Amino acid sequence: MSSNNDSISKTLIVVISLCLVCAVIVSTAAVQLRPQQTANKLLDSQKNVLAVTGLLSGSDINALYSKHIEERFVDLNTGDFVEKPANYDYRKFMKNPEESIRLSGDEDVASIKSRANIAPVYLAYNDGVESGELSAIVLPIHGYGLWSTMHAFLALGADGSTIKGLNYYEQGETAGLGGEVQNPRWVAQFEGKKLLDQSGAPAIKVVKPGNASADSAFEVDGLSGATLTSNGVQYTFDFWAGAKGFAPFLAKVRDGALNNG
Amino acid sequence: MANAKEIKTVLFGPVFANNPIALQVLGICSALAVTTKMDKALVMCIALTLVTAFSNFFISLIRNHIPSSVRIIVQMTIIASLVIVVDQLLKAFAYDVAKELSVFVGLIITNCIVMGRAEAFAMKSAPGISFLDGIGNGLGYSVVLMTVAFIRELGGSGTLFGIEIMPLVKDGGWYQPMGLLLMPPSAFIIIAGLIWLLRTYRTEQVEKA
Repeated sequence: MSSNNDSISKTLIVVISLCLVCAVIVSTAAVQLRPQQTANKLLDSQKNVLAVTGLLSGSDINALYSKHIEERFVDLNTGDFVEKPANYDYRKFMKNPEESIRLSGDEDVASIKSRANIAPVYLAYNDGVESGELSAIVLPIHGYGLWSTMHAFLALGADGSTIKGLNYYEQGETAGLGGEVQNPRWVAQFEGKKLLDQSGAPAIKVVKPGNASADSAFEVDGLSGATLTSNGVQYTFDFWAGAKGFAPFLAKVRDGALNNG
Repeated sequence: MANAKEIKTVLFGPVFANNPIALQVLGICSALAVTTKMDKALVMCIALTLVTAFSNFFISLIRNHIPSSVRIIVQMTIIASLVIVVDQLLKAFAYDVAKELSVFVGLIITNCIVMGRAEAFAMKSAPGISFLDGIGNGLGYSVVLMTVAFIRELGGSGTLFGIEIMPLVKDGGWYQPMGLLLMPPSAFIIIAGLIWLLRTYRTEQVEKA
């Protein structure tokens, strides 16, 4: 290395040109690959919605999705369907102060800090959308576990209370312990249980592993070795089935909002 | 280009004789984080090997023009750019794995192996041999990572690459998994065990007390 390299002008030239070259490479990669990445994200979300309704079969996810799933948008404050807002992105709206509400300490049971005003719901039709025969309502839910925010889709029957499926598709819990929220055998326990009791209050209970009574319509076993993750699942359900979550919408579902619209 | 013997030393030396993890004890942070599943570990190994090889190559290419006063920053810039490109590629073409690896791909930037090889080898060597040195060290890292991941996934989840080998008790099988293996500290214990084995076999690696 010659000492010439250490002159101020040489240093500046090397550093600036290197930065320019690197910046061009990085931005080219980011811009060129974005369409592919967005498509992946969308496909992944569609796959998860289909999986939770049990409609996932074969590999043509796009075709399956458009055949069976209808996307609607719900104003969580009133529980009414609304038009899809412009530039809608649920994850971004959740954090945008204009599109969400901040949750106070005792409202925020699931530790999610803020909640979007408008949430997507997915209506699933086993015989295709045009049959009009609703088979499941898929709600996006999320809440904090031990280490991470856990995102899931919850499929309810047309009565708005019977659980038809649960699919945790994004979480960062300890692999093998809390990470077992993704285990199909574990989430299968939820099937057939009731999310709400007769009065429409959240009733599902994640109890200590091994203590769930088979006759109970509300109890499921927690994950062994993952008490805090199990609690997180409980709080997620408490929040999203509650008044700040989907309760207004589910009340309208029970009153037949989906039968004539 | 160097002769065949030198190429062999540079390429395969780091696997056992001069392993970056076992001998130099570099880059063990990611060895703890991504070794719970073998498929995750494999993608991580490929990503790290590519980044090390190409960062060595580019740094070596401009080594005669890097001012020594800012050389670390120059190296970091090149490494960081490569890591971002790898991360973007993974998100575009291997979305499921990229989702699981999440932050750890980005953390290749801070992996001491990449930086260490850039500073120790690429700054003084020709591009071709530096590239091979990167591949070699990536291989050395991969051998250790895959071994650790093999032990942790088999013992902790009863699976290999996600395929069930030993059915777990909770799924109606017979194997009671070892929870400790799924926790980061187990990787420390396993790596220490590997180092011990390696140094018992190759006594020249033992440091003088």
